Order: sequence, then C-alpha cells, then structure tokens
Amino acid sequence: MTNKTVLHAKHLESSAKMVDFHGWEMPINYGSQIEEHHAVRQDAGMFDVSHMTIVDIKGDDAQAFLRRLVINDVAKLDVAGKALYTGMCNHEGGVIDDLIVYYFTETDYRLVVNSATREKDLAWINEQASAYSVSITERPEFAMIAVQGPQAKAKVATLLNAEQTQAVDGMKPFFSAQAGDLFIATTGYTGEAGYEIALPAEQAADLWQQLLDAGVKPCGLGARDTLRLEAGMNLYGLDMDDSVSPLAANMAWTISWEPEDRDFIGREVLATQRAAGDQPKLVGLVLEEKGVLRTGLKVITEHGEGVITSGTFSPTLGHSIAMARVPRSVKLEDTVQVEMRKKLVDVKVIRPSFARNGKKAF
Amino acid sequence: MSNIPSELKYATSHEWVRNEGNGIVTVGITEHAQELLGDMVFVELPDVGDNISTGDDVAVAESVKAASDIYAPITGEVVEVNEDLEDSPELVNSDAFGDGWMFKVKIEDAGELDNLLDAEGYENSIDED
Repeated sequence: MTNKTVLHAKHLESSAKMVDFHGWEMPINYGSQIEEHHAVRQDAGMFDVSHMTIVDIKGDDAQAFLRRLVINDVAKLDVAGKALYTGMCNHEGGVIDDLIVYYFTETDYRLVVNSATREKDLAWINEQASAYSVSITERPEFAMIAVQGPQAKAKVATLLNAEQTQAVDGMKPFFSAQAGDLFIATTGYTGEAGYEIALPAEQAADLWQQLLDAGVKPCGLGARDTLRLEAGMNLYGLDMDDSVSPLAANMAWTISWEPEDRDFIGREVLATQRAAGDQPKLVGLVLEEKGVLRTGLKVITEHGEGVITSGTFSPTLGHSIAMARVPRSVKLEDTVQVEMRKKLVDVKVIRPSFARNGKKAF
Repeated sequence: MSNIPSELKYATSHEWVRNEGNGIVTVGITEHAQELLGDMVFVELPDVGDNISTGDDVAVAESVKAASDIYAPITGEVVEVNEDLEDSPELVNSDAFGDGWMFKVKIEDAGELDNLLDAEGYENSIDED
C-alpha cells in the first residue's frame, strides 16, 4: 500500500511528477529539478517532508533514556527549543538512523527520524525504552513543510501572526519553538537558512498555498538530494546504514565521549574502533571534467579501494560531486581515481562540504 | 502524453531520425526519452568523421538522474554534431526535436530508413514499456 501525505493533491495541482519513495508517493520534481535547486540556493523553495516521522519522548526518565539511546549527549541541551543532530546505533556500533532531537525540558523531547526507517526505528526505540519511565508517541497527525533559501525566512514572515513572529524573532540555527499551531524549527537539509514547520495535517494545504502565493517555489525530492549532497549532509541508506560505524560516516563529531560514564548503546564497540583508528572515512570528491559520479562507483587510491556512497551533478558548481568511503590514510587534497564508464578519471578529495549559503564552500 | 512528430522515424531505443533529403539525416532523442531522463547536464557526442553502425553506442546523455547510452539508429558517417549542447545540454529537455538535435549522419544505405519505426509504431513501443 502506498502512503500519501496530506499535501498530495497540492503536488498534483502544481504538476508534480510523483514517484514511490519508500512506500510514500512523493514529488520527485515539478518540471525541472535543477530550477528547483537554484530556487533554494538563490531565493526560496519548499519541500513536503510530511512523510518524516515525528516521535515525542516524555516522562521522568526521558533524559536518561535518550542519553542511552543516541550517541550525542542530550544533557548538553539546556535551552528550551535547542536541537541536536545525532545518530542512533545498534549494539554493534552500526547506525540505525540519523535524527534530530529537539529539547523542551528534561522530561520532554521530540525526535524527527527518517521515513524509510520508521518501523525499524520505532521498534528499536520501544524495545530500548522498556526499562525507563517514558512515553513514546508518534505524531502522524502533523504534516511538515521545509521552507529553505536566502529569502525563506522573509517570505515565511509575511504569513506569521504576532505570536509566531515573536517566537521566531532572532532564532538561531538549530532551534525550535511552538507558536500557536505551528512548531517552527531553524533546521533543514539544504545548507541554506530557513525553517522546518510542523503543523496539524488539516492546516497544511492552506499553509502550502500561502507559501506558493508568497513566491516560494515547490521543490521535489530530486532537488532535495542535490542540495543536501552539496551541503555535505549524509543520506541514510546511502552514506550510512546499520552496517556502518558513525566513525566511517563523517559522524564522529556527533559522538559525545565525555562524560566517560555515559553508557550509550554502541559505546564499547565505537571506543575500540576509535582506538584502533582503522575505520574508513567519508570524504568529498570533486570531478571538474564531464561526467557524473554515481553511487556505487569504485574509488582507487594508493591506500586501497573505496566506494562512492552518493554522487550527483552539482547545479551550483556546474560539475559533479560525490561522497565516498575511502581508507583512512587518504588525505584531503589528494587526487584519487574513480572507475567511470570503463575508464579512470582523476578526482580531488576534499572535506565533504561543497556549497553552503549559495556559494562554493571549498 | 509526449509529442511524437509524424514526419520523423524512430528507433525503439528512443532516438529520432529526420531525413534531410540529401542523403543526410539528423538524429536526436525523443521527448519521451528526455522526460524519462530528467534535467540533462552533459551530452557526449561522437566526433565528426566517425563511421558509425546501427546499434553502436555513439553518444551519452547524462542527466542529473542517470547516464544513458545513445545508439546509432543508422549506419554512416557523422558529418556534423550539435556543438550548442556543449554549453547548453538543457536544449535536449526544452526542444528535443529541434534545437536539442545531436548529430547528423551521411547515410550509407537509404533503404535502412525503412527499418525504423514510424510515429505510430514508436508510440506503441513506448506503451509496451
């Protein structure tokens, strides 16, 4: 059975090309993925992300539970509304999912996890919670719209009431606030400023239309992928999965090793891997000549082979970029080769961040 | 339903062929094909002077989504390529049957044109996809 978001009819009204995305019928583009990409880099675009899974974690043990569940330490969160990017690992140190934790109080948190991993995530979270006094509540009654781009905040501002305007006034990146019916967060997946807005499903079509009327361009999953890759953000299932350590997925920065007595799931395995220093690493690749680097292509280096985890054409830069998992000894600025259509091409290794805030980032 | 001009000939692999009448044909990919591929980002064309045979992979259309081989729909010598595609591959998206043409071939055997599909035959072949 295919799921449809509450915005499905709005997508069809805008001539969206719909595709199956992990069981959800979602817009891949509304005509041109590249034009949608540029709209987000240069002006404002919006994405229906209602298929993502919102899970509220509440109760006396909410903080203790999350300090066990995820590799980053939610005890670092002490300002209401602050958000944290992190991974959730299995006992073998593989990434079950990457997610954002929003903090309200030490007994009240919100998680936003991937749609593709919803069932697996919920089963895992519920299983791990059995020893804790927490309630775990999925919130399918919310739709979610991401509005992203240099003009995103200004265009959203024209639609907000006084209370909502006050709630977002001066809000820093990676914060959130509940303002009336809108849960507004300064998180996103494009490398641009903007908001992710969760709201009651029955209000979503109206907000979508108001945003359209304010000149925000509807953007599909195609543009979302080129934008997130330019921003150097991981995609679950490509850049990491259950079999991949966060150390091999450019997620070491999301692991809080201190305090040493915080026994998060996967800690022992990850600490051993870290001490051994033998995990591969995720780097960025740049191909300035013709051709497009694609997922699965082999990377040849003097330290051994690697693989492209996700690759695409970068509309902002005008050439191809990729993320690749390569031996740890490979250094930034090295030139390595990719086997592409039966020939070897030279590519440059960089930190995986290609474009941010509309500009080249390397 | 995409446009399928009735005056052109087609290969099941989605190339179109326009007979220019002087032993020369122009080749491109159909509107249906560009819709499947999405935004074009590079087009690799054959070289002028190349001798190509029906069924050879002679060009590559690389879109954001995928790289797709383009096959010679006819045997002959490449006499011209569309250099505008070098800087503007999106012409394939915006005008697949016009400005998005790919290359011209001096054909060896005009009889080969009869082996290609007409518009109706091509439309039927897409419906089977």
